[in-house]
Amino acid sequence: MGQTILEKIIQAHTADKVRPGAIVWLDLDIRSARDFGGPNVVKHYEREYGGLPPDRQRTFFTFDLCAPACLLKYADNQQLCRNFARKHGLTVFDVDRGVGSHVLIEEGLAGADSTVVGTDSHMNILGAVGSFGQGMGDVDIAFAFRTGRTWFEVPPSVKVVIKGRPGPWATAKDLTLFVLRELGTSALANKAVEFSGPAVRDLTLAGRITLCSMVTEMAGIIGFVPEHGPALQEEVRALTGRPYRPFQADLDAVYASVIELDASGLGPQIAEPPSPTQVKEVAALKGLAIDSAFIGSCTNGRTEDFVAAARILKGRRVKPGLMLKVVPATRRVYEELLGRGILRVLFEAGAIIINPGCGGCAEGHAGLTGKGEVQVSTGNRNFPGKQGQGSTYLASPEVVAASSALGAIAGPEDVP
Amino acid sequence: MSKTEIEGRVWVLLDGRGALIEDIDTDQIFHNAHLHLTDIKQMGPYALGNLEGWKDFPAKAKPGDILVAGRNFGAGSSRQQAVDCFMALGLAAILAPSFGAIYFRNAANSGLPVFRSRALEGIVREGKLVSGDKIKVDALGGRAEIAGRAVTFEVVPMSRVQADILAAGNLFLFGRTLQKSGRP
Repeated sequence: MGQTILEKIIQAHTADKVRPGAIVWLDLDIRSARDFGGPNVVKHYEREYGGLPPDRQRTFFTFDLCAPACLLKYADNQQLCRNFARKHGLTVFDVDRGVGSHVLIEEGLAGADSTVVGTDSHMNILGAVGSFGQGMGDVDIAFAFRTGRTWFEVPPSVKVVIKGRPGPWATAKDLTLFVLRELGTSALANKAVEFSGPAVRDLTLAGRITLCSMVTEMAGIIGFVPEHGPALQEEVRALTGRPYRPFQADLDAVYASVIELDASGLGPQIAEPPSPTQVKEVAALKGLAIDSAFIGSCTNGRTEDFVAAARILKGRRVKPGLMLKVVPATRRVYEELLGRGILRVLFEAGAIIINPGCGGCAEGHAGLTGKGEVQVSTGNRNFPGKQGQGSTYLASPEVVAASSALGAIAGPEDVP
Repeated sequence: MSKTEIEGRVWVLLDGRGALIEDIDTDQIFHNAHLHLTDIKQMGPYALGNLEGWKDFPAKAKPGDILVAGRNFGAGSSRQQAVDCFMALGLAAILAPSFGAIYFRNAANSGLPVFRSRALEGIVREGKLVSGDKIKVDALGGRAEIAGRAVTFEVVPMSRVQADILAAGNLFLFGRTLQKSGRP
């Protein structure tokens, strides 16, 4: 019987028989912990095991949630991890480096066909480069630090074929929000997904990251985009320093279901609070006044996301009184944006440029929303209270940029 | 009571309209403002601290109580605190039609019994299970019964690994039993 992409990756990392529903012992190539979760990983590890983590070249800390620490407690927690790492010779991608999952891609650590775990529910972003990334809690990760393994229930796989040609303003984020609108949190719950079809085939790496990151909000385990051309192969190779040769599913692989969606003529989309699945056309909310805006996150924090925003904001100012926060995903993205003059464009438009990391999504170093504040964000979650007491709408960098310029929800076509 | 037979008083997480609350994410269970906490003993007071209508849950819950929630309970982040806060309150189990995948693992690894049951939605809708009822769950047999109502319903039986971890206490203790037998 043929295997799906995830089944092949798992099979390459276990001696057990892989089939949907089976629980296998999975070898983990990379084990990581963040500044949230990490301190508990250290505490568990020292209490339960002590001594050197056996595979130091595969064990990392990534600090991205509160970077640099804005509260004493966070500073203490980070230092606890640093001290543990120093004692054992582990590498810390520290508060200057940015979103851990992105750093692992850039460092070539999360290559195609690898298994990677970390205390980040969006670790499945690594599906964008053909890697099986999984977020896990601190108990799991402490166990992985020691044993290099975990138990895992092989999920069924689903194929999502997105047909049709989206409209001229549709971006990867709009496509992602469209999938959330169509499938909600049920169809892909606890399943792996392989996205295909003309609407996703040409997605860049950043676009694939956007789509795969929000498989978490679809309640899925991980998403892959197996179809790609030479341009993507070169893009991944240039970024990671590794050749890009991901597993492909067997022709006779077995899927729990095949779902066809039609994205013909898709326009800009926006998710209303309180859920990423509550998606509408931007046109339906046009003119809703906003107080603040955020461009960044693991979902939309790559260079091309800021380039897209700068294209709209070049020569403009954000609406007076509106706060636009810009958070590159990583230091490398930050450097590219500096080199290309993109940060100057955003700065001159009035943006606040903030250190790379997860700020803006988590309650970290990019601030919160106050009661009654309306924010439009390129992030991936708008659950109640997540980013403060205000309400958060989720959209593409283009929509956030256009909305910032006008002070109200708007599409890119509104700022010609 | 063996570890695979769990009995307790239930709290049914209903919204203002009397429906099971779905998609309760980890920020509603244990808000990210408290993520600096690393001592489980301090986590109890923040359980459900960001869930409208249930912010007083820690004051009401007693050790041994069982939580019943709507589908996709524990969606969102990977934070263990969203499990630990219920451990701190001494909850005996959580039942929901489905769970966030990471949440389910985290609970299993911490030795907090979690059960999936599609039947819950109907039973709650029909008023056959309300807060204050006592239920008994047979973890391996895959059945639960509501005391005094002659109602039983199906739950997904615990997997072998989940039951083994529960029997050992948690994933670390389970790992020691594996070491003795040469795995992992």
